[in-house]
Amino acid sequence: MGIQNLLWQVTKKAFTGGIIGVTISDRCCSVVPVRGDSMSPTFNPQRNSYLDDYVLVEKFCLQDYKFARGDVVVFSSPTHFRDRYIKRIVGLPGEWISSSRDVIRVPEGHCWVEGDNKASSLDSRTFGPIPLGLIRGRVTSVVWPPQRNCMLALFMVCAFYIIKWVSIQLHVPQDSLWKL
Amino acid sequence: TGFHLSLPPRSCLNSQNFQTPFSLSNLDWFNSVAGNQQMGSSSSFWNVAYRQAMKSGVFVAKVYSFLHVTTTYLAFPAFAFGPSMIPTLHPSGNVVLAERISTRSRKLSRGDVIVLQSPEDPNKIPIKRVIGLEGDCVSFVVDPEKNDESRTVVVPKGHVWVQGDYTQNSRDSRIFGPLPYGLIRGRVLWRVWPFQDFGPIGPTTT
Repeated sequence: MGIQNLLWQVTKKAFTGGIIGVTISDRCCSVVPVRGDSMSPTFNPQRNSYLDDYVLVEKFCLQDYKFARGDVVVFSSPTHFRDRYIKRIVGLPGEWISSSRDVIRVPEGHCWVEGDNKASSLDSRTFGPIPLGLIRGRVTSVVWPPQRNCMLALFMVCAFYIIKWVSIQLHVPQDSLWKL
Repeated sequence: TGFHLSLPPRSCLNSQNFQTPFSLSNLDWFNSVAGNQQMGSSSSFWNVAYRQAMKSGVFVAKVYSFLHVTTTYLAFPAFAFGPSMIPTLHPSGNVVLAERISTRSRKLSRGDVIVLQSPEDPNKIPIKRVIGLEGDCVSFVVDPEKNDESRTVVVPKGHVWVQGDYTQNSRDSRIFGPLPYGLIRGRVLWRVWPFQDFGPIGPTTT
């Protein structure tokens, strides 16, 4: 039966595409929305929820967990592990952080995260330093809305033309380039 | 202009005294792939090689993705060594199977042996046993070599208390405190090697 065969083919392709998409999203990079205004004005400079920023989160940093002060990271909350927060690393292991009352040393394997908008941010000033193992990725750029990501658009346009030039050098027929 | 190489037509490739500048170890491969070209364009060596590389690349990507999804969301094998889980696990090495389904849906219980990511060093993956869930009161001896002073800790929300079975030589929650749930990587289910101990890793210390 043709329709059953077609359905099976479509299912197989969708399954393969889904698995490859999950792998890319876990290992390479993914796009996540930023909710809330704890990172204003870096993300979500207005309070309008229809214009949430979407950011690109890269996962290559999870190979060796080497971060720098100032990195914006996505991490699982220590108290509600299903929630993900986006905050900035302001303290690396071994550094001293001065909070309102005293001076705290960030233990080994942990980091101190704070939101840019200190007035409305649930961060390490509340739940303490977080283990580096809770970090799920590092934010590299804003991808939506388009008026905030000129660097990424420029990069993608350059990559497109580079791939086109390489395929011309290899004498790949240009119409077959997209059939792969 | 580029890498275009012109080879003689296919009929010449089967002759015995044909010399190629490359060592194509299997000319039949080239024949079969070049013979499958349906387009009218010239099938140069690099064109065909590019096509084969793409096909192999897609296959490798599929295999890698399948392995990644299985080990991240279903189950994964782990090589466990070290003295902290004697007598449950051998210090010299075991291959165990750990599953990820119960940790993602919060179905851990006291006594489970889990694979976790150390809060002291995110690159280290120790294996310990869950002693207390959130809300439990756990009492432990702070420093057995010094004195008998003990402490009682209430495990906060979203954390578990883990201890190794061989408490004399184990870095666990008595040292680094309660473990956040997000650091748990899997629950150990079965021991695969050494073969004389093939069997489940149970909830009670054996």
